[in-house]
Amino acid sequence: MSAAIVGVDVGGTFTDLVLMEPGSQAVRIAKVPSTVENQAFGVLATLETVEARLDRVANISHGTTITTNALLERKVARCGLITTQGFRDVLELGRRTRPQPYGLIGSFEPLIPRELRLEVPERMAADGQVLVPLDEEAVRAAAARLAALGCEALVIHFLHSYRNPAHERRAVEIAASAWPNAYITAGHAILSEYREYERGTTAAVNAAIQPVLHRYMERLQGELSARGFAHDLLVMQGNGGSVSSRIVAEAAVKTVMSGPASGVMAAAAIARAVGAEKLITFDAGGTSCDVGLVQDGVPQVTSEMELEYAMPIHVPMVDVHTIGAGGGSIAFLNDAGLLQVGPLSAGAAPGPICYGRGGTRPTLTDANLVLGRLDPEGLLAVDNPVTRDRVRDVIAAEVGAPLGLDGEAAAAAVLRIANDRMAGAIRMVSLARGHDPRDFTLFAFGGAGPMHAAALARELSIPRVMIPARPGITNAIGCIAADLRHDYVNTLNTPLAALEIAEARAVLEAQIAEGRATIAREGVAVDDVAFLHFADMQFEGQTHLLTLPIAGPAVTVAELQEDFEAAYWERFKVELPEIRAVLVNLHSAAIGRRPAVPLAALAGRGQAATLAEAQSGVRQVWFESGWRETPIYERRQLPADAVFAGPAIIIQLDCTTVVEPGNRVALDTLGNLILEVEP
Amino acid sequence: MSALDPVTLAVMQSGLQQVCNEMDLAFVRAAFSPVISEALDRSDGIYHKDDGALIAQGELGLPVFVGTMQFSTRAVIERVGRAGEVRPGDMFVVNDPYLGGTHLMDVRFVMPFCYQGALFAWLANTGHWPDTGGSVPGGFSANATEIEQEGLRLPPVKLYKEGEIDQEILSIILSNIRIADQRIGDIKAQAAALHVGGARLTALLDKYGEALVSDCIVELRRRAARQMRAKIATIPDGNYRGTAYVDSDGVVDEPLEIVMAVRKAGEELYFDMTGSSPPCRGPMNSVIATTKSAIYLAIKHIFPEVPINAGTFEPLHIAEPRGTFLYAEYPRPVSGCAAEVSQRIAEAVFDALVEAIPERLFAAPAGTSGNFALGGFDPAKGRAYVMYVISGGGYGGSAACDGLTNGCSTIGISKTTPIEVFEQRYPVLFEEYSLHEGSGGAGRQRGGFGVNYRVRLRRGTARASMVMDHGRVGPNGALGGATGGVNTVAVERKSGVYRPPHLSKDQDIELEEGDVVRVSTPGGGGYGEPLQREPALVARDVRRGYYTADEAARLFGVVLMGEPPDVDAPATAARRAQLAAE
Repeated sequence: MSAAIVGVDVGGTFTDLVLMEPGSQAVRIAKVPSTVENQAFGVLATLETVEARLDRVANISHGTTITTNALLERKVARCGLITTQGFRDVLELGRRTRPQPYGLIGSFEPLIPRELRLEVPERMAADGQVLVPLDEEAVRAAAARLAALGCEALVIHFLHSYRNPAHERRAVEIAASAWPNAYITAGHAILSEYREYERGTTAAVNAAIQPVLHRYMERLQGELSARGFAHDLLVMQGNGGSVSSRIVAEAAVKTVMSGPASGVMAAAAIARAVGAEKLITFDAGGTSCDVGLVQDGVPQVTSEMELEYAMPIHVPMVDVHTIGAGGGSIAFLNDAGLLQVGPLSAGAAPGPICYGRGGTRPTLTDANLVLGRLDPEGLLAVDNPVTRDRVRDVIAAEVGAPLGLDGEAAAAAVLRIANDRMAGAIRMVSLARGHDPRDFTLFAFGGAGPMHAAALARELSIPRVMIPARPGITNAIGCIAADLRHDYVNTLNTPLAALEIAEARAVLEAQIAEGRATIAREGVAVDDVAFLHFADMQFEGQTHLLTLPIAGPAVTVAELQEDFEAAYWERFKVELPEIRAVLVNLHSAAIGRRPAVPLAALAGRGQAATLAEAQSGVRQVWFESGWRETPIYERRQLPADAVFAGPAIIIQLDCTTVVEPGNRVALDTLGNLILEVEP
Repeated sequence: MSALDPVTLAVMQSGLQQVCNEMDLAFVRAAFSPVISEALDRSDGIYHKDDGALIAQGELGLPVFVGTMQFSTRAVIERVGRAGEVRPGDMFVVNDPYLGGTHLMDVRFVMPFCYQGALFAWLANTGHWPDTGGSVPGGFSANATEIEQEGLRLPPVKLYKEGEIDQEILSIILSNIRIADQRIGDIKAQAAALHVGGARLTALLDKYGEALVSDCIVELRRRAARQMRAKIATIPDGNYRGTAYVDSDGVVDEPLEIVMAVRKAGEELYFDMTGSSPPCRGPMNSVIATTKSAIYLAIKHIFPEVPINAGTFEPLHIAEPRGTFLYAEYPRPVSGCAAEVSQRIAEAVFDALVEAIPERLFAAPAGTSGNFALGGFDPAKGRAYVMYVISGGGYGGSAACDGLTNGCSTIGISKTTPIEVFEQRYPVLFEEYSLHEGSGGAGRQRGGFGVNYRVRLRRGTARASMVMDHGRVGPNGALGGATGGVNTVAVERKSGVYRPPHLSKDQDIELEEGDVVRVSTPGGGGYGEPLQREPALVARDVRRGYYTADEAARLFGVVLMGEPPDVDAPATAARRAQLAAE
């Protein structure tokens, strides 16, 4: 038996695990409630559930929300800042914003409070020239003072360090000699890009979660070692790649938002294996849905994420657009008498009415139940069963009566409004960015994704829906499918006409060398190391950037010019021969390719010989064309060669797929359900 | 109309909204003017084909344009639209403030949108261009006395004719503005955004049919009016009065007063500005479109949940303030109206209503855009430049919380430019960018803090101009709260320190290499009695250096002890009793 590989993902509600043995077709899966206080308990519980022999496990890849949660709940380390004289308030002042365009009430607390932000004499000019030398004694005194004030982590953030990091590097050396631990973050080391507030905040985020992540990793690694696991864990990052637990805490900020990223990575890997290169990924859960875009098999990455108001995190991350619409989203009438669904959610507690945990307000899940799309018997996590009629009556009273609709029509209205919002989120990542949805496949997963995908595809003229074999554990699959990945960004900000291509090439070569060195330091077996390269460009005078893929160190000025113009036309349908193009940043991603994952094993084998045998029942289900008697199929029973037409409901343990009348359904070689959708 | 399916109505509302949001995004991402792309100083909307009434407006647009674009669209219709002269692909450009505008820098594009060969609606957007000519770079002349000094004024002219740009009109525009070479990028971005809107609106009409969309537009307007009336009904009936002051008009050194009488009766609000100062010589006059828009946006800040279309404004009745500086007529200069006067008008509305609905409202925000322009020649790069700096200030305290620090202007959503970008582009060195300590007005919930910056000219010579405000009187406190700290400007030259005679407005201040401009922006007003503020919060604020220990005792009656300082409870009780008795 070959060594097993494990992916384990901690989500808001469940911790999911998938264990595979390359060489055999064995797959083991576990789903246990997440343990909020210490995520490690849930992780260990999943391993126990599948009775994993950890001494025979070659690899565990772990997706954790620990850093994201720590930030959102502000359960972070006490941090201090040492910065350029005159600029300690940059992190508090931000860039002159307010939380909402309308309404003048709101507040904001920076991650590092003012009394822990100290200044030292030093100054670089924008061209990297030293204007004021670093006052080393002041650095020493500031570090000592912050340590005495009880700071656990330290940020060193100087103006223009992206251009010349010498002062930051020296200050780190000095501070390290007096600092009681290794939690020192230099601004340029996390993000070597201009814009002092964003770079400084990104560094502060890193410092604030570094001790939290480090302690968690030490504890989990220790527990796993004690159970016989002989290797380093791999940890998922927001860029969709993984990193060895040995070094993950150095750039802890890169693990933020890794959950949505691993879902998109799984989608890309699964779809690529069956030849689908252009995807819109749609992950709908209890409170929100995440939409991402995959082009040429590669997820779109952004460097301009804002985790919440005034918390920009500018490291490359898989670009996921999130809106507050999910199964738990509450339906209500606003002041104008118009029906709305979400963003307020009933969450896990009290949850939808049909969960019987005290929920009294109608949710999208309740509407799906009333419309026959969900089976009351098949719901997970129900405390006290509530009848369909009871749910219908609440919807009729809360939503139907004011609109003059009966309970079923009101439920249909809730569904339509929710679909409309979800479709809007998909439009924003596709149409609004110049992509034609007709060129894409909608890859739907998460507990609620496959229930809405067919309707969304019809609404948006997306011709095909793909639903993976195990929609409820997609993120865990993303963990094992993800390669090691490290991103490096450096600012050049030079017009192409003035660009010394040798300088650009040197930057890319340095990024490549650093990537190789980092992957070597991780001590993880990789098949090879590959690189993706990107240029962030703009026309002179603009402030927004357009990112385009480039060839690497062999790139020429002419190619940069042509590719940028082509990308600009693609995006904006505007040509600007009058204006000079500027190369702002160069970005390389070093990818340590891990052995391929035997995705086919996930497909399982159709247990029934015929479609009829896979059918478990029939019930009335609502569609826009009316109520239809609809066959119910068991997903795991579907024969591999099944081909059939909608309407149909396909059920599996943690997920229900709705097939609309007119859809054609088939299974592909990996066991993905493929719905061909008539526009 | 009652037959309209309520679900379709909700879908249509978000559909129209999304058309506008996509226009906003397309414009901002492709624009060159940093005032548009970073400061987001632009707006996009859909307007009624006959009267220009607002149908929908992007949620990402600049608030001050909330009402004005329907006035300028109407002006285009009246001037040219009714002559039957419009064809698909035509696009008008207009920036005339007196024709439903703001100031000259806000340039509108207005496009007839035709569906199946017939005019269905107008699509329009506004973008703030960095320059439209005039006596100073950037257009904010602090001492202009007629509009011709403020820049190029364009009546509605057809810049695009059936999709083709008119090179002759373009050359007139580009010959009259500074940094013309990049404007072609903004023009194309601004036009492309309207085309994005056109394509999306066509798709919406294809899907739902023209009749249904038209019916929904009518019904959505009715619903918005109903929703606004429901909000107004929560204000107790009565007469309310608020005031606000503009430091000066930039020419005559006297304050301008805004007197805002608000009458609430039933579900309607009536605004009367009688008694406000007469028209002024300098550029602090406001055109009527901007005056009305400022009242609309103030109400929208109070009731942010009401969507924006023409119905939203129906219950708001504004008496035209003829004979005051809030009703500017040709040739009064108006460059300060969008950035400054509009914010004072909004403050007067807040000031009037805060006693009526204290839970909903807040003390006055800093409310100045802090416009500062530095124009000079960089000998190292061999070229002229104009640098624009905008600044935020503190927001007022509210029942819910302290005011926000360094919030953006009331009328804007604009971000400031990073210091590292300024220093890359211009021969300047920022020596400080810090929190304006002590500027938050004392209160049970204190105001937020303003900003200080010091910027030094590293090379060559330059001229500095600024249009700011609240230099004479800080933003109002509410319900016993203190006013916020004032705006200050100082120029450190070899000959000594120069302070603008008009405090917050000046132009063409000569700078030499090494000279420094120092600005401190206002803090927000305090909310509620300062003596009722939780002493522990005062101690925290002192530990953070927001206030000195002396201010804690003097303003809040909180006596501190120890290091780091904490509350001396008995001494605080005694001190507060003594202050309360005074």
